[in-house]
Amino acid sequence: MIHVLKYLYMLIFVGLGLYDEMDISIKGLETIKRSKKVFVEFYTSKMMGTTIDRLEKFYGKDIELLGREDIEIRPDKIIETARNKDVAFLCAGDPMIATTHIDLRIRAEDAGVKTRIIHGSSIQTAVIGLSGLQNYKFGRSTTIPRPYKNIIAESPYDVFKNNLDNNLHTLFLLDISDEPMTINEGLKILLNISDKRKDYKFKDNLCVGIARAGSDNPVVKADFIKDILDYNFGPPLHTFILPAKLHFMEKEALIRFAKAPKEILTKET
Amino acid sequence: MVSRKEIIEKIKMLMDKTEMIRNIGIVAHIDHGKTTLSDNLLAGSGLISNELAGKTLYMDYDEEEQARGITINAANVSILFNHKKTNKDYLINLIDTPGHVDFGGDVTRAMRAVDGCIVVVDAVEGMMPQTETVLKQALKENVKPVLFVNKVDRLINELKIDKKDMQYRLAKVIEEVNKFIKNIQEEKYKSGWKINPADGSVAFGSALYKWAISIPMLEKTGIGFNEVYDYCRSGRMEELSEKSRLYNIILDMVIEHLPNPLVSQKRRVPTIWHGDLDSDVGRSMLNCDKNGPVVFMVTKIVPDPHSGEVATGRLFSGTIKRGMELYISGVNKTNKIQQVGIYMGPDRFEIEEIFAGNIIAVIGLKDAIVGSTVSSIKDMFPFEEIRHVSEPVVTVAVEAKNMKDLPRLIEVLREISKEDPTIQVQIDEESGEHLISGMGELHLEVIGHKIERDKKVPIITSEPIVVYREGITSKGGPTEGVSPNRHNRFYMEVDPLSESVVELLKSGAFSMKLPELERRKLLMNAGLNSNEAKAVVDEYRNNLLLNMTKGIQYLPETMELIIEGFREVMSGGPLAKEPCQGIKVKLVDVKLHEDSIHRGPAQVIPAVRNAIYTAILSDNPVLLEPIQRIYISAPQDYMGEIIRELQGRRGQVMDIQTEKGDVVVKGIAPVSELFGFSGSIRSATEGRALWNSENIGFQVLPSSLHNDVVMNIRRRKGMKERIPEISDYV
Repeated sequence: MIHVLKYLYMLIFVGLGLYDEMDISIKGLETIKRSKKVFVEFYTSKMMGTTIDRLEKFYGKDIELLGREDIEIRPDKIIETARNKDVAFLCAGDPMIATTHIDLRIRAEDAGVKTRIIHGSSIQTAVIGLSGLQNYKFGRSTTIPRPYKNIIAESPYDVFKNNLDNNLHTLFLLDISDEPMTINEGLKILLNISDKRKDYKFKDNLCVGIARAGSDNPVVKADFIKDILDYNFGPPLHTFILPAKLHFMEKEALIRFAKAPKEILTKET
Repeated sequence: MVSRKEIIEKIKMLMDKTEMIRNIGIVAHIDHGKTTLSDNLLAGSGLISNELAGKTLYMDYDEEEQARGITINAANVSILFNHKKTNKDYLINLIDTPGHVDFGGDVTRAMRAVDGCIVVVDAVEGMMPQTETVLKQALKENVKPVLFVNKVDRLINELKIDKKDMQYRLAKVIEEVNKFIKNIQEEKYKSGWKINPADGSVAFGSALYKWAISIPMLEKTGIGFNEVYDYCRSGRMEELSEKSRLYNIILDMVIEHLPNPLVSQKRRVPTIWHGDLDSDVGRSMLNCDKNGPVVFMVTKIVPDPHSGEVATGRLFSGTIKRGMELYISGVNKTNKIQQVGIYMGPDRFEIEEIFAGNIIAVIGLKDAIVGSTVSSIKDMFPFEEIRHVSEPVVTVAVEAKNMKDLPRLIEVLREISKEDPTIQVQIDEESGEHLISGMGELHLEVIGHKIERDKKVPIITSEPIVVYREGITSKGGPTEGVSPNRHNRFYMEVDPLSESVVELLKSGAFSMKLPELERRKLLMNAGLNSNEAKAVVDEYRNNLLLNMTKGIQYLPETMELIIEGFREVMSGGPLAKEPCQGIKVKLVDVKLHEDSIHRGPAQVIPAVRNAIYTAILSDNPVLLEPIQRIYISAPQDYMGEIIRELQGRRGQVMDIQTEKGDVVVKGIAPVSELFGFSGSIRSATEGRALWNSENIGFQVLPSSLHNDVVMNIRRRKGMKERIPEISDYV
């Protein structure tokens, strides 16, 4: 009996999926409805197709928005609440893709609060679906941070280079603090680094840009970096892939789904 | 008097003839007669009449300066002088520099602009601490000295010594100065920088009575030491002045013994600029080439009611003219030159174009600060930062008297810190109470008056507060700093730097801008072992950051952020947020998150900060207080009072000398105890003491005072009123 009581209440991480309030799983929706307290955070990712008001109306619950410090520096509030009642902790995408949530989960379990995850769809898999590139061929993904006081983090470029050496595609996520970064901004940062390293062929790489995955009007566009630099992808969120050598099925998919230039069929990319 | 227009026309002609230019400064102890000498030299160009010289203190054009009878701002003036021996016109650009120790920063900056200097020494007092401080700075900047022994009449008329004794005392002054030059620039001393009466690199005279003599001029004027003695004794100095005019003797000495910019830049550029000397711009500076790229170094900024800010400095290369777009070091855009000109006392005259080798005034450099390198080349390698021998040790809080002046005061404070980099301003827009830190009580008083009088903002100023330093006495750490997202860990150790290394950092000879091998050599010579010397990644406020790790992935792009965390702690330590000093911070291990977005500034900086805070606290952290050397001279009867006054202020008497009824007491005392010293020594000696002081660095605060002082500072700064513990930073 005591054993059961110990886990009566839980901290449940619920992934909301990609774009708006409708992306949640039914299991996730039921969990929220049953929970006594609902938190949400939008600093690791954002849901561009909805607002907290609409989420509250749709789920029929009050939702408290948390900032980065509420989770990283003062997580006690979340954990202590979950000691006495079921708490749903919402975030965009699939919860544990944001590594910071792994830390919250460990802290909760360390404090004797049981946890559970209800998965949502993630950009990591959505880009595969939208572009037609193959799951097996992706290397490490990386995030491009906005330069801070002229300090440009060059490791995203290194990740790309290492993946390319192993013939693997690279998924680039983009900084969403302040204004969400656009594909164009991200490419320009990489281009700067490549110029600095005298890698003048960089701009001849293929790029697959993806905007608003999960919405009714996503944009998926493939072209050479030099030709896609100023392409207008519309509103955020944006992300892009720099593919390595393509399988022939991938080439066909890119031409079909991403309006890639036909020359990639014959060209050794 | 020749008309100004004629003078300017002649000066314009000379600006192009580099070998006819001398850029000089005057260095001396306070009251040794520097400004009086400057005015005399101005008379040499016919700019002010001979009668006025010495009375108008032409160079002291700031009201504040005239009222105090001291010189505050290094003003610049161009003098036209006809060298009689060769009958050629020369252009002498003269920078006047303050002698009071509180204004040391101005001196340092002025030395950057000049090639030679006249060292003025009072014949009675001899070389004084400030003569030494300033001359040392000049020699380090590779500025060649000549000597003027001033107030010779005092030897004769006040001390009433005989002819033989007079020559003996004068020789002693020369010997003192030579010993000092030899000490600092031995090679140069051997190759011609030695002061030698026989070759005319020293003159003797009286600036007040406008006469001087030098041995080579003896033949011409027929005036030697015997004659001088007789003229002075019989009160016929006016006659003496007509026969052997001060400005003739001094300006001859300057022209014959100080180098022109062509000669000097070859020698000085490698000392003050560490870029590639073989590059176009490097060669152009070495050769003082007017056809090369523009390179201009700003040594002073003066506000001007009509044209905004006037930047004064030295043009090392190229030709500068109105309309040019120039780059400023550290600024991404260009500034357009609106005007270039020269100074003649307080007046500025516009000139169409000015060539390399001159000291000039420029309007339009909105983004420049003192020390900026201005150039026609983008990303020009900047000049070696101008370092000041002493650091700010006293702070006052200022508030606007009237609410409506709040925004204006902030603007004024920004202007002031731009004009005088020895001032540190901390603006607190929320409380409206802003902090100004400077070199001493007097320095801050002058700044306060400047705000009220020149900038017309009435202010309320707090009592002066001492600026302490935080330090350590033994090794601390390694301690761990965890980032807020807990995905990054930094391990830090702290260790006190040896005194010789701190000495090196304070001297300004070390800079991260030096080539790596040179940096390493300097540190190893100062006693750092080779492993550590190799690992230095940053130097900040006389502290070092060392990276002892090897081969950690992603560390290079994280290092800038680690440096930022390091600098934050060094600007305000864990005890009371006072700047740290003499700490060697070692990064011994790092664990980083895979993705760069998770190791950005918001994660790395606080983690590094906390690791360093806890490492400092895990050792016995100490507070260091600023110390001044004091020199008091008074009639012997007051010796008891003087010593009592010093000892009552936690002071130590180091030396007592008596001479002919006067006593000279030398000692040291903490700055915190010296507030108001001026008044009490005056009343203790019935106004008969002459005294001055000099910042000489920091000493550990006695442990009996430690906790009280820490608590006082914390209270003042609105921090938690208890001694901090490690747990506060974990």
